[in-house]
Amino acid sequence: MADASLPSGLMALATRTDQRPPKKNPAPRRPGGRPTGGRALWDSTVGKKTVMAVSGLIMLGYLVVHMFGNLKIFFGPATFNGYAHWLRTLGEPFMHYEWTLWVFRVVLVAAVVAHATSAYQLSRRDIRARPTKYVHKKPRASYATRTMRWGGIILGLFIVWHVLDLTTGTVHAGGFQPGHPYQNVVDTFSTWYGNVIYLVAMLALGLHVRHGFWSAAQTLGAGSRSRDRLLKTLADVLALVLTLGFIAVPVGVMTGLVS
Amino acid sequence: MPYTDFTTGEPVVDSKAPAGPIAERWDTRRFEAKLVNPANRRKHTVIVVGTGLAGGSAGATLAEQGYHVVQFCYQDSPRRAHSIAAQGGINAAKNYRNDGDSVHRLFYDTVKGGDFRARESNVHRLAQISVEIIDQCVAQGVPFAREYGGLLDTRSFGGVQVSRTFYARGQTGQQLLLGAYQALSRQIAAGNVEMHPRTEMLDVIVVDGRARGIVARDLITGKISTYFADAVVLASGGYGNVFYLSTNAMNSNATAVWRAHRRGAYFANPCFTQIHPTCIPRTGDHQSKLTLMSESLRNDGRIWVPKAKGDTRPAHEIPEDERDYYLERIYPSFGNLVPRDIASRAAKNVCDEGRGVGPGGQGVYLDFADAIQRMGRAAVEAKYGNLFDMYQRITDEDPYQVPMRIYPAVHYTMGGLWVDYDLQTTIPGLFAVGEANFSDHGANRLGASALMQGLADGYFVLPATINDYLAKHPHGDEVAADHPDVQEVLADTEDRLNLLLAVDGDRTPDSFHRELGELMWEYCGMARTEEGLRKALDRIPQIREEFWRRIKVPGTGEEFNQSLEKANRIVDYLELAELMCLDALHRGESCGGHFREESQTPDGEAARRDEAFSYAAAWEFTGTGTAPTLHREDLVFEYVHPTQRSYA
Amino acid sequence: MTAAPRGTTPAMSLTLRVWRQKNADAPGTMSTYEVDGISPDMSFLEMLDTLNEELILKGEDPVAFDHDCREGICGACSLVINGDAHGPERTTTCQLHMRSFQDGDTIDIEPWRAAAFPVVKDLVVDRSAFDRIIQAGGYVTAPTGAAPEAHATPVPKPDADFAFEHAECIGCGACVAACPNGAAMLFTSAKVNHLNVLPQGAPERETRVLDMVAQMDDEGFGGCTLAGECATACPKGIPLFSITKMNREFVRAVRKKR
Repeated sequence: MADASLPSGLMALATRTDQRPPKKNPAPRRPGGRPTGGRALWDSTVGKKTVMAVSGLIMLGYLVVHMFGNLKIFFGPATFNGYAHWLRTLGEPFMHYEWTLWVFRVVLVAAVVAHATSAYQLSRRDIRARPTKYVHKKPRASYATRTMRWGGIILGLFIVWHVLDLTTGTVHAGGFQPGHPYQNVVDTFSTWYGNVIYLVAMLALGLHVRHGFWSAAQTLGAGSRSRDRLLKTLADVLALVLTLGFIAVPVGVMTGLVS
Repeated sequence: MPYTDFTTGEPVVDSKAPAGPIAERWDTRRFEAKLVNPANRRKHTVIVVGTGLAGGSAGATLAEQGYHVVQFCYQDSPRRAHSIAAQGGINAAKNYRNDGDSVHRLFYDTVKGGDFRARESNVHRLAQISVEIIDQCVAQGVPFAREYGGLLDTRSFGGVQVSRTFYARGQTGQQLLLGAYQALSRQIAAGNVEMHPRTEMLDVIVVDGRARGIVARDLITGKISTYFADAVVLASGGYGNVFYLSTNAMNSNATAVWRAHRRGAYFANPCFTQIHPTCIPRTGDHQSKLTLMSESLRNDGRIWVPKAKGDTRPAHEIPEDERDYYLERIYPSFGNLVPRDIASRAAKNVCDEGRGVGPGGQGVYLDFADAIQRMGRAAVEAKYGNLFDMYQRITDEDPYQVPMRIYPAVHYTMGGLWVDYDLQTTIPGLFAVGEANFSDHGANRLGASALMQGLADGYFVLPATINDYLAKHPHGDEVAADHPDVQEVLADTEDRLNLLLAVDGDRTPDSFHRELGELMWEYCGMARTEEGLRKALDRIPQIREEFWRRIKVPGTGEEFNQSLEKANRIVDYLELAELMCLDALHRGESCGGHFREESQTPDGEAARRDEAFSYAAAWEFTGTGTAPTLHREDLVFEYVHPTQRSYA
Repeated sequence: MTAAPRGTTPAMSLTLRVWRQKNADAPGTMSTYEVDGISPDMSFLEMLDTLNEELILKGEDPVAFDHDCREGICGACSLVINGDAHGPERTTTCQLHMRSFQDGDTIDIEPWRAAAFPVVKDLVVDRSAFDRIIQAGGYVTAPTGAAPEAHATPVPKPDADFAFEHAECIGCGACVAACPNGAAMLFTSAKVNHLNVLPQGAPERETRVLDMVAQMDDEGFGGCTLAGECATACPKGIPLFSITKMNREFVRAVRKKR
């Protein structure tokens, strides 16, 4: 028996495949429905983690180069200062003096901001997701994993100090000399607090990279059962090399190898 | 009038199955059944109780067809129904192995396996639909086991000679259920199914002779509400938990079917229960449920007990010539592979003789020592590793070193609400699907057939047959909430719960459940006698009386109260158990899962008595504790001719 | 039966500290109970049954907890025992036995803790958020009757096995309970991977992962920091790479759906 009050087009069954059923339960939080593209990335926890992974890897790449450059200090003031000058002339004559460096700086600042913002937002979300803590507490996960947040904060503060100390010279101990990074570095590591801050930060960096690199690989979907060992080893090696490489400089100053 | 003095009423006839060649009956019925215009379907509300294989698939399919479905489950999520625990597999007459299987062979095997107590038309339809089920499940993404060529793997199961069982490791039920759950979830998201989890049906509303809704309790708030519909589908599973210890889930219960029975639906063959031989024995009085291990273990394990009574030596200290491999001794040709009911009964017999092993003497050894020697430990591990692990986790014994101990346990109930070919009960508008009905397995269910029946009913049979009923009862006559019939059901339910809370006695619900279960296991379990059944029938009313005097249910009805839920289920077990015993008493023959010691062949095998009992017994409720009325449905066998089983 | 080799192990006495909370709105607290005569062969839930029988007879409110199949497959049971989801063994609570504990132990029993899993009563929580994640896309649109012949599309065995490994998820929520961030990534990824690897799931591959992740976020679960606690707690052994694989599916879907 046909229902004459309905046009024939409406007689299609309720949820055949021509259309996805609308999401009803619960009422969609976003009136426009699920966002697409960059918005989808930024609006979801998985997407924000992707942002963290990519920005983290950019910073990691920079750190490897930075650490490598630092080691030139062991070849004496001329080499080190010359290297610092070369960095400013990179890309000439196409680029003007220091332009390339500024490009790097802008990218790095963007990475730091993206990384920190995502981390802050995700952490807030994570804390809200468990409003009542367990009464029976148990140490969970590895040390590196558990210290990601505090390690990140330490590194953030360190970067500020590090830039004010050796880039702008604002908080530098004993007259900061633009263009003479060798002397500036020796000055910094001639103070006890300079060494302490640096060493703590580099240990934090090692731990951060150790979990962060492997974690970024998982977030970007690069991990797999067969590749896990490789990725974990790579993370360990990276963490170790970076920490040792960076620490070599204050140790060099302390031992008098660099003066 | 004593309960056992039942009267015999008019025979009950299945008026819906068409005549004609058996292979064409389903087509004929589908063509003859009236249809509901697609545009009108959304005006019809169908209530589905339960979200197992039958309920989940029925709810999803009816919603796809355009009906407004209101669905209920007592669990916190529709994904947890006990179908999820089925291990073995699902049969289908695909003949992918080219080993001579066919729809007719599956039909034949099922009728014969059911010991000629099932309806031929229904079983044939089941075999026909079996092939469509596999297609449907694969399309849903059910990850069946596959071969390297990417095609589906099958195995032979339960002593069948063809390889027709599709499986997903030992978790076939889980995978099929999740398939149905996902299909249901899609309909919930689309707004076509209104899902009520943690809501338990407590009664059915019958108005003017038609099922028009249910009374259900929100298990979190305790609120009792009425829900109205144009038809009600019960997919609430079996009643094995009458026995207290069974392989059923803890909360599986008989309330929905029993309340429907009390409102007028006939209950058929309640004594047909299946007892599975390979379960892990109980360890003590604390035991709350039993765990099944796949029957496949009997392929390579040897079953034995000590020859001497009360022999408490550890198994390895008992020399070979003091062991009794009793199945191999009594059934030399089939040995350890005899059918479920025979293996179960034999285990009971040796334990009754005092030769059982383990705590309480309720167990027999299933020994893999020979298999390990013959095949090597690695081969045994590859074949049975997961089962051995499960056994070790539960018992803390290493089955590679010490023989496993097994004992039979209640597993499945073939009986259930009487339904016609359309799966409609004797209450118009009330349908029963899956284990809740009695239809397809006769007196004994074959392995891997429960999943097949649940999905056949839910995906294919009910969605076709319910149209006929709904088309004949066009929507429009709303039931008034203050209709006296509705008010009466509601008041009944509230009174019952209030009474349970008010008794404030000195015994816990579990203590009554356990007592009833032990009684049923003893007298209405693997082997039944007139004397034992009469004893049980004397005792049950006494337990019931004591229950209403001494039950203690803490808390109130207006909160989450698991004790109240439990106690209310026991109320129904205490009545259903009585009917099971009466049915077992009246059926003076042995058939399938029902073994009457009075009816056996000279060599101790089950003797069926077709001349007197070739019928399904459909019981009509007349009042608590008063003799019910028996309505016989005569079974006619046109295609498979009854023969007596022999495994000696 | 006398002198049985088993069942002779001495009974245990235990101190239980159990989270008691009358309902969703009431404050909760840890209450202490002593239980005696506990057999090492009892399952953990049977031990709680014993406690409850005593409480009922004393006229006290028994401890509410979710349970059903008691054979490790329905996913209903959900207790955090001494800080571990499902207790010290890698299994479900119902398959945990008292032989994993020592006579005289004090055992802390708490509900799953997550904003998305509000407590209903005592140890019972509301996990309907999981159902809504599945409703958002955890299915293949395959209306009944529309299916092609099962052998029409062969599925490579490794893919079928991969799908099965993820389809084993029982939806118990131990991953969320164990995660330091209360994240549901392992649950969500198990279903995404199960369906996305199969040819039957391919047409909805992108929308599935995007919709399910969006729903997961809407439910108030935390984000993943790859601490790995979820996979350690999972009674069905869903691997941590499940999350990696879903991340890959997500990025791929964002790219394709731009």
